[in-house]
Amino acid sequence: MNTKLATILLLASASTLAACAKKAPDDIPPPPLETTPTPTPTPRPTTPAGPAVGTQAHFAAAVGSSTTIYFDTDRYNVDTQDAAALQAQAQYFARYPQITFTIEGHADERGTREYNIALGEKRANAAKAYLVSLGVDGSRISVVSYGKERPVALASNEAAWAQNRRAASVIIN
Amino acid sequence: MTKTILLLTAALLAAPLAAQDLGAPMGEDQKVESVAVEGEDADGPLRGTVTDEAAWSDIGIAIPAFATDRERPTPANEAGTGALGREIARVITANLRNNGLFKPVGPDSLPQPAFSAIRAPAYGAWSGQGAEMLVQGYVTARDDGRLVVGCYLYDVALQQQLVREGWVVAAADWRRAAHKCSDLIFSRLTGESPFFDSRIAYIAETGPKDRRVKRLAVMDSDGANHRFLTLGSATALTPRYSPDYSKILYLSYVDGNPRIYVYDIGSGKQTLVTENRNPTIAPRWSPDGKSILFSMAVAGDTDIYLIPATGGTAKKLTDTPGIDVGGSYSPDGSKIVFESDRSGSQQCYIMDADGKNQKRISFFGGRCATPEWSPRGDQIAFTRIAGDFNVAVMNTSGGGMRVLTRGWQDEAPTWAPNGRIIQFFRTEKNTGRSGIWQVDLTGQNERRLPTPVDASDPAWGPIRP
Repeated sequence: MNTKLATILLLASASTLAACAKKAPDDIPPPPLETTPTPTPTPRPTTPAGPAVGTQAHFAAAVGSSTTIYFDTDRYNVDTQDAAALQAQAQYFARYPQITFTIEGHADERGTREYNIALGEKRANAAKAYLVSLGVDGSRISVVSYGKERPVALASNEAAWAQNRRAASVIIN
Repeated sequence: MTKTILLLTAALLAAPLAAQDLGAPMGEDQKVESVAVEGEDADGPLRGTVTDEAAWSDIGIAIPAFATDRERPTPANEAGTGALGREIARVITANLRNNGLFKPVGPDSLPQPAFSAIRAPAYGAWSGQGAEMLVQGYVTARDDGRLVVGCYLYDVALQQQLVREGWVVAAADWRRAAHKCSDLIFSRLTGESPFFDSRIAYIAETGPKDRRVKRLAVMDSDGANHRFLTLGSATALTPRYSPDYSKILYLSYVDGNPRIYVYDIGSGKQTLVTENRNPTIAPRWSPDGKSILFSMAVAGDTDIYLIPATGGTAKKLTDTPGIDVGGSYSPDGSKIVFESDRSGSQQCYIMDADGKNQKRISFFGGRCATPEWSPRGDQIAFTRIAGDFNVAVMNTSGGGMRVLTRGWQDEAPTWAPNGRIIQFFRTEKNTGRSGIWQVDLTGQNERRLPTPVDASDPAWGPIRP
């Protein structure tokens, strides 16, 4: 079991490194080619309308702003609003069981660097735990914290900080 | 199977440099050797020991250009050893001026003494110029290309040599001779330990706030000899020089996750601090360089671990559900100060080096983050969060708290090797631009370090061997 797991981990990190050689690893990966056969019996249209399953665009089109949940200062608990967003995510991931994804944890700039990475970890893991409680297989979910290194709102005020204290689900396969 | 894993691991570590985001290695340090220099013996009383640093600020120190016996070309300065002598005096002048204790007058506004006058200063002339202290020196090029730099400190009023020393350096290391001379003068006049001949590891920052490129970089204590060590395709953070300057611990996202690497400066190769799928952050060396502290998040719970620097099994030192992170050893290695939010907010705690006897020491309101134990042992510097972020110091019991800086976001203090000066980084509101600043323990002498691009996460190394 352990050796099997170790092999998987090594293969996983080997493929990550191979990807790194080509481009920056923290870029969002390009939309992958569709490799998993779709279970629907209807033939696929030659020019599909809208984003393909397995892309972030498809996920976002399906759940809207629920791809991301937000936190209070220094907090990592899943509140009512977050719960609703995670439920929408859980439904999407139940519908597309072949999709694996990453939850990115973030903090606002008003924290020290290392603490913020730890805080982002807590936030991403809180979101993951909630999705798992809703039936999403934990093995489909990766977690990464960027601390305060990747803000989406660039001002230094409460409104911007509120947008940056987040856990964002990102499709990676 | 185990063998296969090892081979696979080896293959991964030997991946092309581009995959590791590493630049060209710096190579091994050249040695600086001391050499005897001629002059009368310094047998006068130690006039310079001070407790009140204000008393020294009016002392006039003249630092004319260092002389040369004969003009020779040197890789250190295309104009020759004479021009290099002037550069050396400029570096010493800037060093002594920038720490706030002295007001030296440099070579550009002083007459240049002849080589023969270095050991026999024209006291009368210098006294007439108002100089109380005089720094003279020489630089000569040897046939093997190395440089000999002599450094002399004279008391003009007493007409007496206070101290002298000489060094043989590689041409590329001429600044080290200037720093050694600065240290000699500083120590003789203040009674303090030296700090100029030291280096700083830091993070060089470029690009807009939401796509910041962060590269591992190093520089001399005065901001010179800057060098990038990573290429910037992966975010690098929080470096720490090993006590012997042979390695740097730092965090890199090169495999997509935050992980601590041990970067070997001589070979330019790096390895993971621990083979583990969990993210590792906040690396720290023990004072003897034999152990490494790091923090690791397991299912979101961050705790502090200890591992031998040569690898092996990690030992968990903290075990609370909150965030325990960072850590800084007392100089004797017996205790560790760290931060934890186990009480509900970031506060500073002290524990024994084995993790026993954890107790909170910060009780002054606001938060206590990124504590760093002074090399002298008596003070702890930290980031105080009370509205704004400021650098503050306290004693090792948490008493005597003093705020030293007043920026909007001043973060992550690091101590000079002699415990007199603290560097930190200051982030600007809105733009997110950052720079490295330093402040002395009075809080009055604050200045920004010159760096080629924005800079953060300074980590000051010890006096160079």
